[in-house]
Amino acid sequence: MPLLPARRPSLTSRARAGLNAAVDGIHDLGGMHGFGRVVVEADEPVFHARWEGRVAAIVGLVLGRGLTNLDAFRHAIERLPPVVYLTAGYYGRWLAAVERLLTERGVLAPGEVDARLAGRETGPAAPWPAAGVAVRRGALREVTHRPRFTLGQRVLARDMHPVGHTRLPRYVRGRRGVIARVHPAWVFPDMNAHGRGENPQHAYAVRFAARELWGGDADARVAVHVDLFESYLEPTP
Amino acid sequence: MSDHEDDRETLRAEALESLLREKGLLDPAAVDAIVRFYEQDVGPMNGAKVVARAWVDPAYRRRLLDDGTRAIAELGFGGPQSEHLVVLENTPAVHNVVVCTLCSCYPWPVLGLPPSWYKDPAYRSRVVRETRAVLAEMGLTLEEGVEIRVWDSSAEVRYLVLPERPAGSEGLGEEALATPVTRDAMIGVARAKGAV
Repeated sequence: MPLLPARRPSLTSRARAGLNAAVDGIHDLGGMHGFGRVVVEADEPVFHARWEGRVAAIVGLVLGRGLTNLDAFRHAIERLPPVVYLTAGYYGRWLAAVERLLTERGVLAPGEVDARLAGRETGPAAPWPAAGVAVRRGALREVTHRPRFTLGQRVLARDMHPVGHTRLPRYVRGRRGVIARVHPAWVFPDMNAHGRGENPQHAYAVRFAARELWGGDADARVAVHVDLFESYLEPTP
Repeated sequence: MSDHEDDRETLRAEALESLLREKGLLDPAAVDAIVRFYEQDVGPMNGAKVVARAWVDPAYRRRLLDDGTRAIAELGFGGPQSEHLVVLENTPAVHNVVVCTLCSCYPWPVLGLPPSWYKDPAYRSRVVRETRAVLAEMGLTLEEGVEIRVWDSSAEVRYLVLPERPAGSEGLGEEALATPVTRDAMIGVARAKGAV
């Protein structure tokens, strides 16, 4: 610690400038090679150390108070440097991301946690304007428009690389699939993560044959269903 | 993770918590309550009750597959990370398995917080690509004829797998049936264990 070492100040200054180009990031893991076998820990505790539970709860409370939203929190994790993402551990990522997000939101002054750790006086805590407002609304929304796609329809996942947060995994971009389930409408993460409005829309479970994703040698009896927002899809013959 | 790293993270988490408390944004008692909730009140024992009910009550099973959110709420489970729950039924011909390749989406109210392997890169990167091999490594060997459906929970749907009822469990009551329904069976990387 700190998880964002001082020798990489450019990361924080870029983030502050709003250039959060974290698409195609390390978090988008589907189909990557080199991570080895799945290691299962027998009788695993819910938290491995006390701090993990505290961090999990702090994130829940911060989100619950509307200090930020879940999409922005996910994006903050995605914006961690790849090496940090892979080495900090799950709750280490949460800790680094929530601190960064609260700093960007002005809840924490820049360097305030470091100052506290160094025993430096940080002055009286500035009360945060929105304190006391409990907001937990979830992401599900009633919409009046009908779903654009129907069960069984063939669709193409767009080959797009937006700058910022997206829930369109790399491994399905440009691939064709079939609508397997029509889901309700939710807030659109690509906009909500950046405070650009909710743009609620339907999502769909799109069924991709393993061979469409991974080539002709793939298992003919495997299909991958990926939940995709309407904006990620277009009709295809 | 080494103890040294834990020490550093302990201090940093404490510093963050104290700053948020002083700003009036965090009530330490609320933090305690949430930790207790995650550690004691949610977990696979909830999902196991749903599965056992579906095994003994065909009408419930139908409701569960039609509208997972509502049927699971009948048993008192719901809340964050479960706005829309979908239950996937395993059969001798079709096997379902769940992943979140982008982060760690998981049906908290019925399974609790996810295990480390579910959040680690190995499972997230490989199960969508080397599905049968990953399952076999984890101890689940499926016959070649079995169709496998992987579900990548990349939006806000949360999936729960309804495993096949083990052979030899006929005549067991709901409570006895719930006991061998493991977390891994409800993610789809294992079968429900044989009769107890």
